[in-house]
Amino acid sequence: MSDDGELLVFVEQREGVINPVSYELLGKGRELADKKRCALTAVLLGNGVETHARELIFYGAERVYLFDHPVFNDCDLLNYKHNIVRLVREVQPDIFLLGATYWGRSLGSRVAAALGTGLTADCTGLDVDKHGNLVQIRPAFSGNVLAHIKTRTRPQMATVRYKVMPRAVRDTGRKGEIIKRAAEIVPSLLSFVHNKKSADVNLADAEILVSGGSGLKKADDYSLLSELAEVLGAALGSSRPPVDNGWIGREHQVGFSGTTVNPKVYIACGISGSPQHLAGMRSSQTIIAINTDPSAPIFRIADYGIIGDLYEVIPKLMKKIKEYRYEHG
Amino acid sequence: MSRVRFDVDRGRVDRSSADLEINPFDLNALEAAVRIKEELGGQVFVLSMGPRRTESALKDTLARGADSAFLLEDRKFAGADTLATSYTIASAIRQLGHFDLILCGEKTVDGDTGQVGPEVAEHLNIPHIACAYEVNVTRENVIATCDIGMERCTFEAPFPVLITVTKDINTPRLPTFRDRARARLVAVQMMDAAVLSENADVTLFGVQGSPTKVYRVIVPSDEGRKGKIFRQASDEAVNEVSERICHLVSPNNSAGDIS
Repeated sequence: MSDDGELLVFVEQREGVINPVSYELLGKGRELADKKRCALTAVLLGNGVETHARELIFYGAERVYLFDHPVFNDCDLLNYKHNIVRLVREVQPDIFLLGATYWGRSLGSRVAAALGTGLTADCTGLDVDKHGNLVQIRPAFSGNVLAHIKTRTRPQMATVRYKVMPRAVRDTGRKGEIIKRAAEIVPSLLSFVHNKKSADVNLADAEILVSGGSGLKKADDYSLLSELAEVLGAALGSSRPPVDNGWIGREHQVGFSGTTVNPKVYIACGISGSPQHLAGMRSSQTIIAINTDPSAPIFRIADYGIIGDLYEVIPKLMKKIKEYRYEHG
Repeated sequence: MSRVRFDVDRGRVDRSSADLEINPFDLNALEAAVRIKEELGGQVFVLSMGPRRTESALKDTLARGADSAFLLEDRKFAGADTLATSYTIASAIRQLGHFDLILCGEKTVDGDTGQVGPEVAEHLNIPHIACAYEVNVTRENVIATCDIGMERCTFEAPFPVLITVTKDINTPRLPTFRDRARARLVAVQMMDAAVLSENADVTLFGVQGSPTKVYRVIVPSDEGRKGKIFRQASDEAVNEVSERICHLVSPNNSAGDIS
C-alpha cells in the first residue's frame, strides 16, 4: 500500500461545458485514490472556468490545478500539451487519467510521448493491485478478449471509455484547494478554422437505441424503425450495410468504424451481429435482438431475442408497448 | 486477423501464424498520399515496422502508387508498445530526411489504440490532426476536417504536419496487373536498429523501451448474458419483450442506471 503521489484527472471542457466523462474519472479516481491512500487531484484548462474548479471539489477532487487563459478556449492542442506536461513534471502524479474522447486520446498520446511514459487506450476497467500499481483493463481484438495491463513508468497513464465508470457524487460539504497556475504559451501551429455542428445525432450519449441492419429491404423501411424509436424516445442507429447502401447517414453507424455506444437498451432489428458491429455495442446494458436467422451471432449476446421477421415483429411490439403504457399510465 | 493470438506468457501479441495484411485504415492514408502526389507532385514514401514477412505487403503499397518502401525489421524492435513503436518510427522518419506531410491510418484493426500517429508527431515535435475525413493540401498548408463526436472541426496547419485519416476519406484503388509488374522491379529497403542507432537511443526500442505490459488476457464468456430467445414472434414473446422494454425505458426506472 503506497501513500505517496497523487491520482490526477484531466477535466475536459469545451466552450465552458465539462465533458461528462470527467465526472466518471473523478468517481473512479476517488475509489482508486482511497484504495491507494493517495490524493485525488484534477487539472482544468479553460477560459473563465473558475466556478467549474469549485464544482470539481464537490465532485471529490482534493486539489484542482487551474489554468485560466483565452488560449484554452479553442482546440489548441500544443498549448494544452505543453502546460499539462509542465504540471505533470512538477507534481509527479503516480496515475494520470483522461477520458477516451477525441480530445483526450490526442492529448494523452502527446503527453505520454513527451514524458516517455506508457499510455493504455480506451480502458473499460481500472483497479490498483496490492503494491498500488494501476491495473488497466481494455478490450482487444474487437472486444473478443480483455487485456490486463500494467505500466512500469510513471505516471501510469490511461484513457477511459465514457459511460463505464461510476459517476462521482456531488457533495457540497467537500473541501479542497484551487491552485492557480500561470499558463506558458507556445506557438499554436494549428489554427482552428471553423466548427460546424454535425446533424443532430448523438449516439454516444443515447440511453435507448433502435438500430437497423441488412434485414431491412429498402431505404424507406427505416420509417418503421423511426416510428419505434419515436415511441420509445430512442436514437436511431445502424449497422454498416444500410450505411453503405446510402439508406442512412454514416453518423448513425454503430460499430468499430462507427460510434461505440453504451445505452440502457439496444434494440437490434435485422442485425446479424458482425464482430465489428458487436464491438461497438456489446457493453449495452440490455440488448434486444430481432432476426430471422436463429444462428445470428447477435442472439449470443442478447438478453432478449425474438426469432422472426422485423416487418412482423416491430408493429406487434409497438402495438403492445402502446397498450401497456395506456394501461399503466 | 483471425490467426493473431496473444502469447499470454510473454504478454504480447503473437502474429507469427497470421497473414500480414495492410491495416485497412493505412490503405486510406496511402491512397490520400498518392492522390496528393498526382495533383501536386512530390514523392510518396511508405514506412512500416514488422517481421520480414511484411515485405510482400509493402510490395503491394508500391503497386498502389508509393515511390519507395521501407521496412523497420529487427528482433530489437519486437514486442513494442505504442511508445516504443512511435519512437522507432519517428527515429526512422528523421533518418530518412525531411517530409512535409506524414499520413497514418487513424488506428489499427488489431491494437485499436489510435495512439501511434499522435505519439510519432510528438517525438518529431510537429503538430498533428487526428481522424481527418477530408484533407486538402496546397503548396502552403493543409486543411483537414475531422468528426469530433457532435462537432465537425476544420483545422489549418503549416508543414510539416502529421495527419491520421479515417476510412471515409477515400476509396483505395486496386492495383492493376501492370502496377504489380512495375512494383516487382522496386526493392523494399530494410532498416534495422543499427541503422537508427546513430540518431536514436536503441534502449527505447522494442520490449526494452515499452513501459506497458499485458500480463493477463481474459476471454469473456459472452459477458455472461443468459439471453431469453423466443423461437417465434408469439403473443407470449411480444408481451414479455414489450413489457421489458417499457420497464427499462420508463423514466422512473433507475435500477439500470450506472450513476
